[in-house]
Amino acid sequence: MLRGIAVFTGKKIIRLFLLLATVSMITFALVAMSPIDPVQSYIGADVMRVGAEQREEIAAYWGLDKPFAERFMKWAGALIQGDMGTSMIYREAVTKVIGERFMHSVWLMAFAWTLSGIIGFTVGAAAALRKGSWLDRVITGFCYTLASTPAFWVGLLLMMIVAVWLGLLPVGLGVPAGMLAGSVTFFDYIRHMILPGITLSIVGIAPIALHTRQKLIEVMDSDFILFARARGERGARLFFRHALRNIALPAITLQFASFGELFGGAVLAEQVFSYPGLGQATVEAGLRGDVPLLMGLVLCSTLFVFTGNTLADYFYHIVDPRLRLEKGARR
Amino acid sequence: MALLEVTQLSISFLQYTKGSRQQTVTVMENLDLAVNEGEIVAVVGASGSGKSLLAHAIMGILPANAVYSGSIRYGGELLDEHLLRQYRGNEIALVPQSVTYLNPLMRVGSQLQTKLDGKAQASERKGLFKRLGLGEHVNRLFPFQLSGGMARKVLVSTAAHSRSRLIIADEPTPGMHPADVAEALSHFKQLAEEGCAVLFITHDIEAAIQIANRVAVIYAGAVVEVAPASDFQGEGEQLRHPYSKALWQALPGNGFIPIAGSQPSKSMDLQGCLFADRCMSAVDSCMSKQPEPRQLRGGTVRCLHAT
Repeated sequence: MLRGIAVFTGKKIIRLFLLLATVSMITFALVAMSPIDPVQSYIGADVMRVGAEQREEIAAYWGLDKPFAERFMKWAGALIQGDMGTSMIYREAVTKVIGERFMHSVWLMAFAWTLSGIIGFTVGAAAALRKGSWLDRVITGFCYTLASTPAFWVGLLLMMIVAVWLGLLPVGLGVPAGMLAGSVTFFDYIRHMILPGITLSIVGIAPIALHTRQKLIEVMDSDFILFARARGERGARLFFRHALRNIALPAITLQFASFGELFGGAVLAEQVFSYPGLGQATVEAGLRGDVPLLMGLVLCSTLFVFTGNTLADYFYHIVDPRLRLEKGARR
Repeated sequence: MALLEVTQLSISFLQYTKGSRQQTVTVMENLDLAVNEGEIVAVVGASGSGKSLLAHAIMGILPANAVYSGSIRYGGELLDEHLLRQYRGNEIALVPQSVTYLNPLMRVGSQLQTKLDGKAQASERKGLFKRLGLGEHVNRLFPFQLSGGMARKVLVSTAAHSRSRLIIADEPTPGMHPADVAEALSHFKQLAEEGCAVLFITHDIEAAIQIANRVAVIYAGAVVEVAPASDFQGEGEQLRHPYSKALWQALPGNGFIPIAGSQPSKSMDLQGCLFADRCMSAVDSCMSKQPEPRQLRGGTVRCLHAT
């Protein structure tokens, strides 16, 4: 067993390094080819007061005058030593910017992820157990609507109804505007997280609910459920003892593989609600050609998505003995 | 009075044909069967004759689109869902057909133990495992780790309760080693001797006549003959129905004689005897009306000519 885990981890680590190397090369090349001039976007409104010489100096300061390969090697060399560089727009170490933003985003994503997992699984299972009833129709209808609705649009709607018309929750930002950092309460953080969190969770609910429903219908029709029923098992016990494990597989895979969509969704949700998280920082870094920050964010999100997929793989092995045990274990 | 009494059982399925048009397909019609306490009744017939459906109908686990009429009585009472809830897995046990009836994600030991099982059942099962040559370690295996024969034995051991009064065994023996088959059969025999009623569904006539008291021959969803097991001998001259004779004579040891044609699928509505178009002695009257069951020489037969 221990040896199995060691092999599993070893393989995954090798893959992770290959993946990170490839992703950083591609991203670096894409940024280098992009039409955005980092110097121009840095100067912004001061364009009249900055001369051509000064521009060249800024470019030289950032090393933008060097050829692509050299810049990449320099960046990669620093990265290996643990230095991710300095963000051009925030003038702070990239690690620090990401660290701060990450704390905001991670709570938001965790909230949305948990919410969509629990809601999706529950309504999916409920729909399957009452297959063909009005409840099932309402749930599937709702899921199809959600699945075909863009998250940012839902975000705008929520903002309009809940924040603007009803005034129940703040319109945006991570903390109340104009308040000293010291006087922001935990409650304030939560209040600001609810709307972006719900918006973000909507992306994940429909696929989990629909897959769970489909799988549970299949399982409830299977021979082994028939046999369990023939032996007097029924109701909640039948579901929890015999069906739950079988439908957990697709739900777990989807839930953990959704880390990528979660990150992508966070970019939109944070943008709509001006929520100061990783997603918003990514948009900024991209639009203003902040290469070190963008690279840092890309590596960070790659790691995030990779972790999700690896966890899905790992839990799959835990839940399904057919993957864990060798067929030859029989005697 | 018989412990299990099935009268006029008909099963049909609602199916969708082309788009949303519904159609009922009848797969079993007016089946009669009775099993007494301490008796083994074997149900033999070709694949698709409705043997497993009979088992599922008795257990009340037919699929949702199945409609059935007729009555199933257990100990004189109508065996409805209410009564079944009391008896399933308790007095009435099912030995299912294949390894797919085991939950693929649960260890054998833990799924054999239902909520009704106590220490007595566990030790009973332990004894049966030993008798069938299954090691203790099998309890810790998952169904996919079992070989075909092992899976059968595990399934047979699910009915290892002395509390059972009726056991419905659906093809429990194929794939098992001959020695194990004998062991499993003697297990059922022993249960019957202890007063249990056993409905032994099989297509292995030789196994059936070894342990059964009576054999019911089922053809296209109807019982065409119920005969004492001892009638299955020689050329089958003791048998009443032409299909039973044909079935007996088709065995390798009894001439290996095939008959032409195939079992009718019940989606077409047959007016007359189900076996008429394959029967050597069919006459016009066989085509017009399905013969009713009648008593004959200590058995039952649904044929106009049987003597």
